[in-house]
Amino acid sequence: MKLTTLTFAAAMVAGTAMAEGVVAPQDVVMSEYGEVATSLTGKPGDPERGFEVYSKRSLGNCVACHEISTLDVAWPGNVGPMLDGAADRWSEAELRGIVVNSKKTFEGTVMPAYYRVDGFIRPGNAYTGKAADDSFGPLLTAEQVEDVIAFLSTLKE
Amino acid sequence: MNFKMLSVVSAVALAMPTLGAAGPDDDTLIINEEIEVVTKAEPAEHLDGALYEVISGWHFRNDDTQAIEMDDFDNPGMLGVENAMATWNTAEGSAGKSCADCHGDAAESMKGVKATYPKYDEKAGTVMTVQMKVNECRTERMGAEAWKYDAGPAIDMEAMIGSQSRGMQMNVAIDGPAKPFWEKGKEIYYTRYGQLELSCASCHEQNYGNMIRADHLSQGQTNGFPTYRLKNAKLNGAHSRFKGCIRDTRAETFSPGSDEFIALELYVASRGNGLGVETPSVRN
Ligand code: HEC
Ligand code: HEC
Repeated sequence: MKLTTLTFAAAMVAGTAMAEGVVAPQDVVMSEYGEVATSLTGKPGDPERGFEVYSKRSLGNCVACHEISTLDVAWPGNVGPMLDGAADRWSEAELRGIVVNSKKTFEGTVMPAYYRVDGFIRPGNAYTGKAADDSFGPLLTAEQVEDVIAFLSTLKE
Repeated sequence: MNFKMLSVVSAVALAMPTLGAAGPDDDTLIINEEIEVVTKAEPAEHLDGALYEVISGWHFRNDDTQAIEMDDFDNPGMLGVENAMATWNTAEGSAGKSCADCHGDAAESMKGVKATYPKYDEKAGTVMTVQMKVNECRTERMGAEAWKYDAGPAIDMEAMIGSQSRGMQMNVAIDGPAKPFWEKGKEIYYTRYGQLELSCASCHEQNYGNMIRADHLSQGQTNGFPTYRLKNAKLNGAHSRFKGCIRDTRAETFSPGSDEFIALELYVASRGNGLGVETPSVRN
């Protein structure tokens, strides 16, 4: 398999893309229960931009699988649970862990890991169907993860 | 076949209040008011309980799309079938022969073919798809060039051949020499490819009936292939569909005609054993 490409890609992510104070995907510290305690950027996110990450197809596309009853987004999916009150059920550290790599919180879940760069089978170059190249990076940037966490934190009932 | 069982199942389904708008519907598929197609069947034993009912993708489409498939005059896929019928009767290649010269009336000689393919081929020593068999005739018996996998003429011909089995139930063999190919297909089916780490089963086994954004997920059955899609307004091959689905997991996909997709086609077809052939089906 494309192990070399992958390692290279990870190195690129680590080497070039990380702004100062930003935790690279492979350096994220996750607790045994899947929590990520500290902000990936060292700063709080912006909930409005987080809503964009949540709803835009080209960003997180969370609406492909989730619905929030108070929000008017066209055609929400229902592969995942409704996110109403998500912030009542989960702490910020837990929410961050779910977005970074939900498989630690929900074993075997179909929800993608948004801030992870290794361990994939036949990773592609976005939606081209071609193999990943050295532009391969996590699905969301650290800022985008923090923004979507800030947005999720507003989901209280 | 299971006609009695089917009516019992639909009666039970009707009685169940939990079946919301999201599930498969309970309509009945009869093409041209004549060909009854089994669209819900008991799962084959080799499914090992993975599905409690095998359901055609037709049930997951809306009434308008369903209706297009119910009448050959409305079904644009039939244009491809007609094209291929003309090709069938036309001599091509250095041997100066047409398909009809060897196989006569397709309605007779091709009946039942789609229901049992892909199939292990003794002579070739491998599993072959309908398109591969067609190319074998073209290159070895007609002296004509092989058609590109899933390209227009190949898909039209596969649809024409498939349409001769409409209403017959899928019954591909998975034992004996076909077994290792089936095993390989099964492994591919359950592998979580790409950056999104989704397998065929993530969408079509665990989540059929659910919505992934605006898409109503079916069981991803192949009993209707080649299928006419309203979205791209042409007949589509099963391998092209597999390719699109794997691409959508942000993966490096496989190619139509590859060993991987031949094995996967056999495996997916076997999951649909018992479903009636719908070729050419209509989907969105
Ligand atoms: C392909 C489907 C899919 C996508 C895309 C997806 N999720 Fe999920 N998500 C799930 C599923 C399924 C679960 C439930 C966990 C399980 O049981 O597998 C879940 C669970 C969650 C939970 C916990 C829900 C609760 O209250 O218990 C949160 C929060 C969440 N997702 C947020 C997000 C965010 C934010 C995004 C986008 C950045 C996203 N999800 C994208 C499928 C998805
Ligand atoms: C990210 C979700 C997803 C994954 C993963 C996926 N598919 Fe699909 N597939 C879809 C959607 C959406 C459709 C269109 C709606 C439908 O028929 O389910 C579809 C349609 C199909 C169809 C057409 C069904 C019909 O009735 O015409 C087949 C066949 C199919 N998929 C097979 C597969 C196979 C085999 C795999 C794995 C290699 C796979 N899919 C993986 C989402 C997915």
